[in-house]
Amino acid sequence: MSEKTETKKYSSKSRNALIGKIILYAILILITIVMIIPFLWMLSASIKSDREVFQMNPFVWIPEVPKWDNYIKIWTKIPMLKFVENTVFLTIVVTLLQLLTSSFAAYSFAKLEFKHKNTLFLAYIATIAMPWQVYMVPQFIMMRAMGLNDKLLAMICLQAFSAFGVFMMKQFYEGIPSELCEAARIDGMSEYKIYAKIMLPLSKPALSTLTIFTFVSTWNDYLGPLIYLKTESKKTIQLGLKMFIGQYSSEYGLIMAGSVLSLIPVIIVFLCLQKYFVEGVASTGLKG
Amino acid sequence: MDEKKAAQVEKLEQESAVLMQKIREETDIKKKRKLIAEREKKQRKITAIRNNRIISREAKRDLIAYSFIAPNFIGFAVFTLIPIVFAFLLAFMDWDGSNAITFVGLKNFIKLPSDTFFVAALKNTIIYVVGTVPLTMIASLALAIVLNQKVRARGFFRTVAFFPYVASLVAITAVWSMIFHPSKGPVNYLLLTVFGVAQENLPKWFSGNLVLVTLILFSVWKYMGYYMVIYLAGLQGISAELYEAGSLDGANTWQKFKYITWPQLRSTTFFVVVMLTINCFKVYDIAVMLAGGGDGKLSTSATVLVYYIYQNAFNYWDLGYSSAIAMVLFLIVLVVTLIQFRYEKNLDA
Repeated sequence: MSEKTETKKYSSKSRNALIGKIILYAILILITIVMIIPFLWMLSASIKSDREVFQMNPFVWIPEVPKWDNYIKIWTKIPMLKFVENTVFLTIVVTLLQLLTSSFAAYSFAKLEFKHKNTLFLAYIATIAMPWQVYMVPQFIMMRAMGLNDKLLAMICLQAFSAFGVFMMKQFYEGIPSELCEAARIDGMSEYKIYAKIMLPLSKPALSTLTIFTFVSTWNDYLGPLIYLKTESKKTIQLGLKMFIGQYSSEYGLIMAGSVLSLIPVIIVFLCLQKYFVEGVASTGLKG
Repeated sequence: MDEKKAAQVEKLEQESAVLMQKIREETDIKKKRKLIAEREKKQRKITAIRNNRIISREAKRDLIAYSFIAPNFIGFAVFTLIPIVFAFLLAFMDWDGSNAITFVGLKNFIKLPSDTFFVAALKNTIIYVVGTVPLTMIASLALAIVLNQKVRARGFFRTVAFFPYVASLVAITAVWSMIFHPSKGPVNYLLLTVFGVAQENLPKWFSGNLVLVTLILFSVWKYMGYYMVIYLAGLQGISAELYEAGSLDGANTWQKFKYITWPQLRSTTFFVVVMLTINCFKVYDIAVMLAGGGDGKLSTSATVLVYYIYQNAFNYWDLGYSSAIAMVLFLIVLVVTLIQFRYEKNLDA
């Protein structure tokens, strides 16, 4: 008798666990559908003709005759190659500068003692909560006075020195035991060497996280280039895509092909670095 | 050279001796301390010269530290700090960017309440923030909890949830405008055919009252993956022992969430809410791209503060007025952040 209730209890418990699992996976699949359908739609529309894009009955994901030449036309309809070149240049320079200068400054704030340390750091902290949009106008006026209007250099100056990067790297470095640096100092290593030989190799997760953030935000930036870059040969992919939408608002296939193109680099960068990503966010104190 | 140094040392030592004498005679303790510090400085200089060092150890230490900070700080000071100061001043000025600047006091701010477009922008922005912040927080927390379970292909699901965040706004808003197209899009097609909504009742997603709802839904969809990662990091910081203890006490899943997960995530939630609030107040591109149509102009039903800052600056060249609106934006963000900090502190106490 008692054995029977025991097995019954046991089986109902495992049944509950099974139901839980099923619900969990159902939720996961639902989320995945919601998240991914716009991207599938984008891919599908990029090889369709304009008539096929909104054809619902019957709706097909892959048309009978895929229009691959949408992917060729985007290069000739607008100077896409130039836009890609500009964006790649900007993104790489900004990301490198950001990684280098922020980790450099962060090392000093985290591991060195010096005069006015707190005042300097306060200057960074105070601006973190300040939306860029609050000072974008005076910044533009200043850049214009410096002759940087309509130059890619303006975009670099704008994005390469963020308070956010310094703050994030500092949080991470503070998690590295100071004894490591002390030991190296006793061995006669200079501060520059300690930074290069000890700190940098240890900061892969933080650097990966900062790379993802900087790469994504520079690559996808719209308002910055909109304000600064006026000449067509200086524009970036995002401005180019927007041009497409304005100029050829009926040519959905082309817009989607351009969109797919603009997503490829960020997705590659993200996939390459994502294994460090959660760890990076966890160890840089970004979680609060 | 050596003679010169010897002379220098001798001179310093004499000065130091004079100081010593003064210190002995001085009765006022404050003045005495000052003199002692002065003498110590001289002594350090002497050792520096004796040890053949051009600069003292402290100065060298400071210089090295500054050399680390300088590359970032100079860029940061020139391109961020100075414009911020400039922005504060500009709000009290009248300027079109080329003619002379004139000081007008509070005129720009006094104009604001009677400007209907500004009031609409302020109202819309606040509605957008109030809708987006809690929804995104709840969605990202739920997502993080689900994706923190031991499930198959967890990495895949996490990546998928993060996709909208890395995707370009221009590209992804183009897709949304197609999917939610009022007459041709698949969403309204489903409402028409499957749910039997009458043709004339089909929602116009990008105009009228509904546009803010669409903006909020889009933002939740785009940004929840990002905040999910922050919550995931927070969840990983909770010790497994707490859950084990909870299980031993017979807590069910909901109780474990209520008494362990939620309190343990408090600082993460605080961070998420602060960041979300700041980011939501600066909404611009989402509105322009979803509701702006071909020319990117926003009507009163969809206008937001940053759009109006941009319009005043770069279309009307009324830089003072534009800065005044920017100050309003800044003050709101500041006050909201301070309130949140106060609230967090009270919880701590």
